[in-house]
Amino acid sequence: MGWQCGLKLQMGEIEQKRKTVFVTVGTTLFDALVKAVDTEQVKHELQRRGYTHLLIQIGRGSYIPDKCEGEGGSLGVDYFTFSSSIAEHLRSASLVISHAGSGSIFETLRLGKPLIVVVNEDLMDNHQSELAEELAERKHLYCAHPQTLLETIADMNLESLLPYPAGDAKPVINLINRFLGFPDD
Amino acid sequence: MEEAYDCCFSIATMITIFLLVVVIRVVYVFYRTGKPLSSKSSKPRSTLIVLGSGGHTAEMINVLSVMQKARFTPRFYIAAATDNMSLQKARVLEDSLADEDKKVPAEFMQIYRSREVGQSYITSIGTTLIAIAHALWLMLRIRPEVILCNGPGTCVPLCVIAFLFKVVGIRWSTIFYIESIARVKKLSLSGLLLYKLRIADQFFVQWPQLQRKYTRSQYVGCLM
Repeated sequence: MGWQCGLKLQMGEIEQKRKTVFVTVGTTLFDALVKAVDTEQVKHELQRRGYTHLLIQIGRGSYIPDKCEGEGGSLGVDYFTFSSSIAEHLRSASLVISHAGSGSIFETLRLGKPLIVVVNEDLMDNHQSELAEELAERKHLYCAHPQTLLETIADMNLESLLPYPAGDAKPVINLINRFLGFPDD
Repeated sequence: MEEAYDCCFSIATMITIFLLVVVIRVVYVFYRTGKPLSSKSSKPRSTLIVLGSGGHTAEMINVLSVMQKARFTPRFYIAAATDNMSLQKARVLEDSLADEDKKVPAEFMQIYRSREVGQSYITSIGTTLIAIAHALWLMLRIRPEVILCNGPGTCVPLCVIAFLFKVVGIRWSTIFYIESIARVKKLSLSGLLLYKLRIADQFFVQWPQLQRKYTRSQYVGCLM
């Protein structure tokens, strides 16, 4: 009985100590991001910062990262292509590294998770960086490019990030109502 | 000889008068567009909601969820034919409504896109014509009093058709355009077109710096 209890306690401790970095490329692909995360330097830096696991959603990308069990103190690495439970992965993550799509950005911010957005420079109409840069300026997240991800992770100070206030559609609805001549509530 | 001349003259006069009427009507429509409706009533208005992929739909759902649904009834949703996700999200929202808000069931429709990503320009002439005809057919069926859109390319032909309906007198639709939160410094192409053509009655943006650049727009804060 005693040893079982001890084992459970130990397991609990391990669970507590599990700090996962969740990487997501969204509905398409972003090999440059997966490659950047899968480098020894980045993995080493993440581990130095106390993260224990790296989970990568690679989408339709062709670059496959190396899986690693994470035994003997090394960073555990796992990946998958798509999943219907992205929200679950976001919720259990300690740090999120995401593509610059507004859906992923706001879902992560709403959960109050620290976020690094990596801008895909290969996209034709690259308006996506606008949103990430604006939110980075307002200190809600960090904005990086695949080649600056290592620096961003090394220099980031998660304490300095500010929580993102929830959006509000009331003002726009009030304007629409007034314009159409609907009486005020 | 004289008779033929008279005939030509009267035809020319009629064409001139017709063109003049059209021009006056177009000027009037431009003048009235952007002015609040004068009637103060709670009569529900038929509403067309144009959905787009990804972030667009999430933003629109946020708007719809705080809207007084009984005022915007019946509701019609349109999304691109290649996009099943967006209508699915709208269905989830409609299903979650209280019974009084869905007395008239919402309709969900798909519209052909003029050009898919990667399609060649030559074949896209044909598909564009089909897309326009399809948009016209849907708009004739719906004849919405209110149009809500926030940026997918499919909203441009629908809004242009709504504008033509105003000119011809088929239906006076009030068009609300909400630029996506992803646009911080520059308008999207759809937004820019509707802004420059002065087709949208009200043009909303979610960032102050964008409002300063496009002064006829209104800043409404972040929806997300």
